[in-house]
Amino acid sequence: MTYSDKVLDHYENPRNVGSFAQDEEGVATGMVGAPACGDVMKLQLKVGRDGLIEDARFKTYGCGSAIASSSLVTEWVKGKTLDEALAIKNSQIAEELALPPVKIHCSVLAEDAIRAAVADYRKKHEEQ
Amino acid sequence: MLKLPIYLDYSATTPVDPRVTAAMIPWLTERFGNPASRSHAFGWDAEAAVEEARENVAALVGADPREIIWTSGATESDNLAIKGAAHFYRDKGRHLVTVKTEHKAVLDTVRELEREGYTATYLDVRENGLVDLDVFRAALRPDTSVVSVMLVNNEIGVIQPIEEIGAICRDKGIVFHVDAAQAAGKVDIDLKKLPVDLMSFSAHKTYGPKGVGALYVRRKPRIRLQAQMHGGGHERGLRSGTLPTHQIVGMGEAFRLAREEMADELARVRALRDRLLAGISAIEATYVNGDLEHRAAHNLNVSFAYIEGESLMMAIKDIAVSSGSACTSASLEPSYVLRALGREDELAHSSIRFTLGRFTTAEEIDYAVELLRAKVGKLRDLSPLWEMAQAGIDLDSVQWAAH
Repeated sequence: MTYSDKVLDHYENPRNVGSFAQDEEGVATGMVGAPACGDVMKLQLKVGRDGLIEDARFKTYGCGSAIASSSLVTEWVKGKTLDEALAIKNSQIAEELALPPVKIHCSVLAEDAIRAAVADYRKKHEEQ
Repeated sequence: MLKLPIYLDYSATTPVDPRVTAAMIPWLTERFGNPASRSHAFGWDAEAAVEEARENVAALVGADPREIIWTSGATESDNLAIKGAAHFYRDKGRHLVTVKTEHKAVLDTVRELEREGYTATYLDVRENGLVDLDVFRAALRPDTSVVSVMLVNNEIGVIQPIEEIGAICRDKGIVFHVDAAQAAGKVDIDLKKLPVDLMSFSAHKTYGPKGVGALYVRRKPRIRLQAQMHGGGHERGLRSGTLPTHQIVGMGEAFRLAREEMADELARVRALRDRLLAGISAIEATYVNGDLEHRAAHNLNVSFAYIEGESLMMAIKDIAVSSGSACTSASLEPSYVLRALGREDELAHSSIRFTLGRFTTAEEIDYAVELLRAKVGKLRDLSPLWEMAQAGIDLDSVQWAAH
């Protein structure tokens, strides 16, 4: 398996690794994937009172491309509204990282992680 | 000064020992005769070299030189032994017994015989990778004609109880084949005492060249085979084809060196393996696959929990090792050997086979341990599963969204 320079860069120097406390104000969590399938992504968003994503964190169990896809997404969602974040498509992630066809599912999973995190945020805020 | 990457994959293949290379060269150049040429000195010279090599191979394993048949490698030896015996003794019965953790050269050969109309039993192993003798005994039938069990497992290095298995086969008049590709020069083999009828060997796992191997065929009691390769009637009609003198000389020299140096080499390799084991054991949530006691000295197979296999391989590319994830991931084939140990309940781990050898140094082992410690730590910092496990969450209780 040969990786693109961008995948290697994100894999060697992943951005925004870590976790926010689940109960922190404005924090939403999306966890997607399954250990049996070889990848699990956890994406957390911290949404400000103005509705913009202030910050993001991730943790990923998976191959280099899965780690790179989630690392990239944490960079891209910052400063966006939730709707803008939802507009990020897996094809853009795959293109940016030059993922080979067998690794497209990593970018799909990263898109799913955004959806899951946004859904978590909306669910929490409907309840309030 | 360390040279990277560090080779820790001696069970895949070994470098040819420089002394072996030196012994081989003349047989490619001025001493090029065909060992089957009976009419001139070129042939006699080559034939003498082939017979000396045969003696060296026989001596390492306690065999008579007349019991050694040259082949192209252990895969061919496995094919010739299992098909040859199954075909020759087909009137006795058409049931074969082998083990799920055997090498593909054995498993696929047995599968092929199933396509020919034979039936086969593939035995499970215990959690430590060893064959359970009661399970083995229970699998035998009146029409069982051939049993094949390996001596040293290629992935997890465990040593099967072939002496006990052989005794049961001998008692029932069943032909017993042993794949010893990973065992020659690594464990003591004395075919004068072992109740084994057929044994496969490879040169390139023991510092000889690729492309040559041997099959031991017992003379007393005599085991017969139906040839699988027909032609000039070489090797007493069991394996036709011009003998590759230089390859055979290489295998002979490699096995001669193994016999001379085995005791010292095994002690040294074992100490290095134990150093590696101690270093890895200091890393949390790692465990060894396969029995540690009944195990060849050069092998260590370890699972690292909560880390995905491909990213681990990517992180440790400075060491050349084999990976076999026990779970399915996108690009790594799951290891059928680890699966047979019943490790599929552990959803999230990746396994690495380290195999050490003649040219491994303590410095290399220390480097490998340090690299593993750093990279496993880094990948766990990235792993949501590790985070959950640290928080006391049982991963099996989580509803995963399979995709």
